[in-house]
Order: sequence, then C-alpha cells, then structure tokens
Amino acid sequence: MDRVGRAPQPVERRASFRTPDGARLQAARAACARVTDPEVPVLTIEDLGILHEVDVDERGLVTVSILPTYSGCPAMGVIALGIETELAKDGFDDVRVKLTNTPAWTTDRMSEAAREKLSAYGISPPERRAAKRALFEASADVACPRCGSKDTERVSEFGSTACKALWRCRACREPFDHFKCV
Amino acid sequence: MAAMQTFSDPRAAWLERLGDATLVLGHRMSEWLSRAPTLEEDIAMANLSLDLIGQTRAFYTRACEIDSGERDETTLGYRRAEPDYRNPLIVEQPNGNFADTMARHLIFSAYVVPLYERLAGSNDAETAGIGARSAREMAYHLRHAGEWMIRLGDGTAESHEKAQTALDDLWPYAPELFEADDLDRDVTASGFGVDPSSLRDEFDAAVDDVLSRATLKKPAERRGQRGGKSGRHSEHLGHILATMQFLQRAYPEARW
Repeated sequence: MDRVGRAPQPVERRASFRTPDGARLQAARAACARVTDPEVPVLTIEDLGILHEVDVDERGLVTVSILPTYSGCPAMGVIALGIETELAKDGFDDVRVKLTNTPAWTTDRMSEAAREKLSAYGISPPERRAAKRALFEASADVACPRCGSKDTERVSEFGSTACKALWRCRACREPFDHFKCV
Repeated sequence: MAAMQTFSDPRAAWLERLGDATLVLGHRMSEWLSRAPTLEEDIAMANLSLDLIGQTRAFYTRACEIDSGERDETTLGYRRAEPDYRNPLIVEQPNGNFADTMARHLIFSAYVVPLYERLAGSNDAETAGIGARSAREMAYHLRHAGEWMIRLGDGTAESHEKAQTALDDLWPYAPELFEADDLDRDVTASGFGVDPSSLRDEFDAAVDDVLSRATLKKPAERRGQRGGKSGRHSEHLGHILATMQFLQRAYPEARW
C-alpha cells in the first residue's frame, strides 16, 4: 500500500492488455459465447445460461466461470475444453475455467431465442418454473416440436441425456425429446 | 485398515455425509442397469443414478474446498473404508425386487427434497446453490418413485402385496434419517446446514399422499435400525465398496 492507501500497480504489464481492457474483455466473452453444448449443438453456452462470468486480468489471464447444469451432466468437461479452444483461436492462451454453483443454474436462465432454436431442432423447450406444478399434477401443455399439436403424452420422465424426458405426439405419432424443467 | 480422520471442520464433515448417502444410493441404482423391467425404465435408472453421483461430486468437492486440505472427491469416494462412510443405513440396503428399490427411493427422495430445499438457504452461497439445484432434480425422483408405488400398490394383488412388503421391510430404516446428532445441531446452529428432525412433517405429507393413492398402509413406527450416520454399517456396505473401489485399490494412482 502507498501513503494514500492504494495498492501498488503491477510493474510488468503486457502492452496488448494495457488498453483498451474493455475490448479484450469483449473479445474473450465473444469467444466463449461461441462454444456450443455437445449434446444440443444448436445452443451455445450463452443461450443456455451456462456462461456466467468472463474476466481478463492485467497479465492476460482469462478466468471463465460456468454454471454446471444437471448434477449428473457429463458435458461440463467438454464445455471447459471448448472454451479453452475458442479462446486460443482468438489469442488467449492463458485460461482458467471455474465451475460455480453461485448462482444455481436453472432452465429459467435459457433465453427466449434459445427456446425457439431448441424447438426448431426437435426438442420441446422446458416449461417456465413459474408454472411449477404439484407433484402429481398433470404437466403443462407440451407442444410437439414437429407438428405443434398439444395432444402429447409423456413416455418417461427420463431420457437419452440428463436434461431430457421422452414424450410422444398423439397427433402426428412421432416421439420427441422434452427438455426437463429444473 | 485404520479409519481415516474425518474432516475437522463440521461443515465439511456434514457435506461429506450428504455425499456418502448419494454416492451409495447412486451406486445401488446403477446396479439396475441392463436389468430394469423396460428399456425406458433402464434409462430412468441410469439417470437417477447419474443425478445422485453428480450431487455426490458437488458435495464432496465443496467439502474439500472448505477443508482446503489435500483430499479431493476421489479420495473421499474411493479411498475410505466402511467405518469412514456416514450414510444412513437405508441407502445401502440391497435392491431386492423392483418394489423394494422404488420403496427405498420414495423414502429417500421424500427426505432429501425438503432437506435440499432448506439447504438452499445455507449461509454458504456455493452450498446453497448445490442445494437449490439438487432439490429440483430430486423432485423428479420423488415423482418417479411415487408414481411407481402408486402403480404397484394400486395394481394387481401380487404387485400390491410386493409393494406393501417392500414398504414394511424398509420402514425401520426411516427414523435414522430424521435423528439429529451433534454434527447436525452444530451446522444448523451456525446457519450452514439443516436439522433433519425439522423435515419429518414434510416427509410424512409427501409419503402419506403417495400411500393413499397407492392404497398402501403406512407401517407402524418401530424403534428402527440406525448406525450408518456414525459409521456403523450393515454388512451390505462392504460389498458395495469392494465393487466400487476395486479399480482405485488395485491401481492407486488411477485418475480420470
């Protein structure tokens, strides 16, 4: 600390990170936002609300915090690798990816655009949690992502990945995945 | 093998205990893989197991962060012996038939849903986040187990009888879940954890709702079996650990 109580400024700073820090940070954030979910490749980790904070310090170290989704989801390792890869493409070589549960991830973090992309991809989007139902109450209308009919039924609450349930459409007779609301 | 020293920080020791419960039950559920009654149910069992093991990793990791020692999730999961495990006895009970597994899962889920919901108010933000997310996942488990108990209980004479027998057999393991010990009281007083004795009413409400729809009778409350929370286990845990820990014991430096 100096006499006015300020922490001493680091002496060695790499020129490229001195100015403008805002631009470097934006570039790092944009690189991270390109990373897609390995199980749902139409969605980026930003669409899903997984990408939480990106920070670039004066030495150029990028710290990215991501929010783990479903506890058992094995995609987090691949996502962390994807973040390192995308950042490296844009010249960020020193990267640290942190998992944090503060705040807890929820499907409510998904953007409206993400929900539309999901539906177009053939997965019906999660209900909003505002529509949280009692344990054995029938679930809210789930529309078939193929024909749009709401005449659908649940086959199983658990599906091919930790985030999906198995449904089927009574109108077009097609099975489909429904993103679980958590 | 000498018992491993548990965490000195009560918060870490308490989280480790939550993780022990979900790890042992997660392993039990994984034993159903390729043996479930239908393909959809096989997938469901895998998902139930995956959720529980994922929650274990979160609890163990946070415990190790709080302790800031050398242990990590692998040490906790694979390098401890039976007395070091502090899971309640119910989770180590054998899978039995499908009704036994679902009765066990109903009891466990109805206990952890309110537990995790309250944990979401922990004074440790990271633990609160783990609690909030796990509560939402376990609501799916409670519904799944509940629906099966209703289907079996309100099904054929044979399925009803098997569901009732399963419930009667497992009920003696329920009281242990709600008995607070010094560790529970310590973390509750500090605002970090949850007193399990405060969960009983919510547990009963959830179970009673299922049992009435299932036309099953709630078993009489006996003194019950206890000991797992303080490291005294049934013979079953050793067999689980023998299977689960074989690789780490045979190749001690193996990592993934």
